[in-house]
Amino acid sequence: MLFYLLRRVLAGILVLFLISLFTFAIFFWLSPDPAVQICGKTCTPERIDQIRSQLGLDLPFLQQYWQFVSGIFVGRTYGEGAGAITCAAPCLGFSFQTNQSVTDMIADRMPVSVTVAVGAAVLWLLAGVGGGLLSAVKQGTGWDRTVMFGALAGISLPNYFVALLLQYVLVVQLQWLPFPHAASFTEDPVAWFQAYLMPWLVLAFGYAAMYSRIVRTNVIDTLGQNFMRTARAKGLDQSLVMRRHALRPSLTPVVTLFGMDFAGLLGGALITETVFGLNGVGKLAADSITKNDQPVIMGVTLLAGLLVVIGNMVVDVAYTGLDPRVRVRSA
Amino acid sequence: MSITSAARTISIPVVGAPLLEVEHLSVSFPTSSGPATVVRDASFRVDQGTTLGIVGESGSGKSMTSLAVMGLLPRGGTATGSVRLFGHELLGRTDRELRRIRGDRIAMVFQDPLSSLNPYYTIGVQITEAYRAHRGGSQAAARKVAIEALERVRIADPDRRIDHYPHQFSGGMRQRIMIAMAICLEPDLIICDEPTTALDVTVQAQILDLLADLQRQTGTGMVFITHDLAVVSRVADDVLVMKDGDEVERGTTEQIFTAPRAPYTRALLDALPRIDDPFETLKGVQA
Amino acid sequence: MSAGPILAARGVTKEFVTRGTGKVVAGKARFTAVDDVSFEVPRGGTLGIVGESGSGKSTTARIIAKLIEPTRGTLEFDGEDVTSATGRALTSFRQNVQVVFQDPYSSLNPKHTVERLISAPLDYQRITPPQGRRAFVAELMERVGLNPDHAQRYPSQFSGGQAQRIGIARALALRPKLVICDEAVSALDVSVQARVINLLNELKADLGLSYVFIAHDLAVVRQIADTIAVMHRGRIVESGSRDDVFERPQDDYTKSLLAAVPRIDPEWDRRRLEMLAAEAAAENAESTEPAEPRARVGGGAA
Ligand SMILES: Nc1ncnc2c1ncn2[C@@H]1O[C@H](COP(=O)(O)OP(=O)(O)OP(=O)(O)O)[C@@H](O)[C@H]1O
Ligand SMILES: Nc1ncnc2c1ncn2[C@@H]1O[C@H](COP(=O)(O)OP(=O)(O)OP(=O)(O)O)[C@@H](O)[C@H]1O
Ligand SMILES: [Mg+2]
Ligand SMILES: [Mg+2]
Repeated sequence: MLFYLLRRVLAGILVLFLISLFTFAIFFWLSPDPAVQICGKTCTPERIDQIRSQLGLDLPFLQQYWQFVSGIFVGRTYGEGAGAITCAAPCLGFSFQTNQSVTDMIADRMPVSVTVAVGAAVLWLLAGVGGGLLSAVKQGTGWDRTVMFGALAGISLPNYFVALLLQYVLVVQLQWLPFPHAASFTEDPVAWFQAYLMPWLVLAFGYAAMYSRIVRTNVIDTLGQNFMRTARAKGLDQSLVMRRHALRPSLTPVVTLFGMDFAGLLGGALITETVFGLNGVGKLAADSITKNDQPVIMGVTLLAGLLVVIGNMVVDVAYTGLDPRVRVRSA
Repeated sequence: MSITSAARTISIPVVGAPLLEVEHLSVSFPTSSGPATVVRDASFRVDQGTTLGIVGESGSGKSMTSLAVMGLLPRGGTATGSVRLFGHELLGRTDRELRRIRGDRIAMVFQDPLSSLNPYYTIGVQITEAYRAHRGGSQAAARKVAIEALERVRIADPDRRIDHYPHQFSGGMRQRIMIAMAICLEPDLIICDEPTTALDVTVQAQILDLLADLQRQTGTGMVFITHDLAVVSRVADDVLVMKDGDEVERGTTEQIFTAPRAPYTRALLDALPRIDDPFETLKGVQA
Repeated sequence: MSAGPILAARGVTKEFVTRGTGKVVAGKARFTAVDDVSFEVPRGGTLGIVGESGSGKSTTARIIAKLIEPTRGTLEFDGEDVTSATGRALTSFRQNVQVVFQDPYSSLNPKHTVERLISAPLDYQRITPPQGRRAFVAELMERVGLNPDHAQRYPSQFSGGQAQRIGIARALALRPKLVICDEAVSALDVSVQARVINLLNELKADLGLSYVFIAHDLAVVRQIADTIAVMHRGRIVESGSRDDVFERPQDDYTKSLLAAVPRIDPEWDRRRLEMLAAEAAAENAESTEPAEPRARVGGGAA
């Protein structure tokens, strides 16, 4: 088991290394010169050279990449002498736009994205698993058809469309909710809740749709298994048969999916955050892409990669705990 | 009649009624080419302390007959006729009513043990849950009963193996685990569907002895489905021969084996490979 | 193609690691399910493996089919060492070695029709049978005694013995060189069993197939095997030609096995044969009388 974990960690590190190398390479070769961008309109060639050498942009590719990576682990110093700027580890550089530390920018916005992800995850698990179970158990009835129709809508309607629709209905038409604005939980819990409710609903809708379909299929498959017949032959009551014998085989595969989806979402919900004006990592990513703010894009990409790698690892470990057949093989 | 009183009356035998009486049982399934009847008009009875052997062609409806008795036909299957336990009709009862009987009064050993055990739970959990559902009591007490049952079906090292998962056992062990599950509640009727297909002859003999002992001690009735005629001749008091969903012949074991009437039964007995004579090519049975 | 055995296993050992109680840090326990087992499967021959329940027969089968790795030991197929075969070598091994599993339902994908299950191996190999897929499947189903009209049904719609035969048909579809049958006929009544065994023997004669035939039914093993290995507690305690093992068993376990074979009371057998003889005599006496037509007895034209 230890050996297995170690191997997974090493594999994860390799993946992150490749992601970083790849994104770095794209910026190095394919994007316009950042020094020109930073220098702005009133610019002289000397000034550009100066910026270049300060940021290390005049160095060859591998050396630049090395500086970037070592910055993450041990921090780095830009420039020399009196004008030198130090950037403590984990250093992801400074935004070309605002000159802020990328690490700080991400750290500032993480709580928003985490709130969005956690709230949405709770909702979509409840709705997805609950809906899937309901329609599997009531297969072929009105319940089933209703849930599956909802799921079809959730899958086929794009996220931003649902967001705008919801906003139109709840805010403009019914006026149940104020127009979303950021609020802190400690100062005004109600406003906080109102600000996050719509993003949660929008995100949860799409995922719940997918999950309810998957759960439904899994439960129906499980119900047809011979061991379900055995459970009934023992005279267990129906709810125990469902809870113990049907649920675990049906939900175990969902764990994998959930781990990946949740990890991905922690790295920011691009569209939803933008639509609802939430200052999360997703919005940061969207902004930095439109402004070609390379250090920020790099930082956000690496964060997303890291989260997915960790999520994947957690899922695999959880899976070996959940499925005894896998457990023994990896032991 | 309320559910509980219905279930309670089932446990009070009607005076003079046999343990199990099946009359004109038919089972059919809807298929793309119209309904298919897989059991036609089967009738038999099992008295306390006796064994009915069901033999017959593969696919002749042996398993479906037993599932119909348990009320556990696969989706779409419908049973007509009459199935009475101690004189109480079982067909047409709801799942809730049958729940009291299943496991407790009638236990079943299924044909395909691997797929009949839940891969996610240890066999300990799967044996004890039936016991606790009907007898209550602590987990520890149920566990003791389960370990004892495992010991009786000759699983070595039962107090350690009880915490293992189904895939960690051999085919024959899984079969014995199913048997342990069935016997630990000492039901009135045990239906065994090919319970010894993966057991070598020595373990098979031990298991058959175990079942016979149980019958002697508790008066359990048994339905024993098998294709092994030699085993049937050993364990059964009466034999029902089935083919293509039809009852071909029914009688006491001695009668079936010494004076079979139906051509199919005769052919079966003729074709039986004997350990003592190695035929290169088997005779087979002409339908 | 060499003339040696089609498959040779040498010193094959399998240890399973089991956890004491399933808690996070419970001591590991090792269990040797197969212990230093060596045997050969003659080309075009059948090796029968019999033995105690839990003695490691299925584990051996899974090792020689390369479904699990042995802890120790080597495996040779068709003269080549395949112990750690990968890639092309493994693919070709998988084509040539097919397995019929002990638990029929668990080894058949419940979502595929029988036609798909049987013809899937062909599709993987991109082989199109000359008579067409459908006819090919129908023919194969017919040969194992299944109704070809049921080709579009799913495994759960078949009886235990029928599911077993689906597994057999699937294994034979690719015309492998070696078929490993793990209790493949255990749920079949004598007539269907005879049909399947005759089919296996025919293929052996016509196409030179070899078999590893695991069964607990000694009478069946006696009919199909050329050589026999007897397993007990993970080891082969006795092996040899069929007749040697059956008629001159050396090992105590083999002897106890042979002694425990359930038999129909010979007295009953005798009475049945007597009754049949008497009936036949009466019938003969009847049919010698020219005026009496035989029609009443009916059928009988086997
Ligand atoms: N769900 C189903 N739909 C349609 N036909 C079915 C279904 N399940 C079983 N059958 C058919 O019912 C018949 C009887 O099946 P059953 O399982 O009772 O046979 P069996 O006598 O137990 O045979 P075996 O000895 O092979 O287990 C078989 O021909 C089978 O194909
Ligand atoms: N995955 C596993 N983990 C732990 N133990 C196992 C595992 N698989 C098999 N075993 C053990 O190995 C032994 C041999 O099992 P195997 O299935 O090979 O027996 P078998 O000879 O095929 O028996 P049967 O005739 O009952 O099918 C058994 O004691 C079994 O409990
Ligand atoms: Mg059956
Ligand atoms: Mg086995």
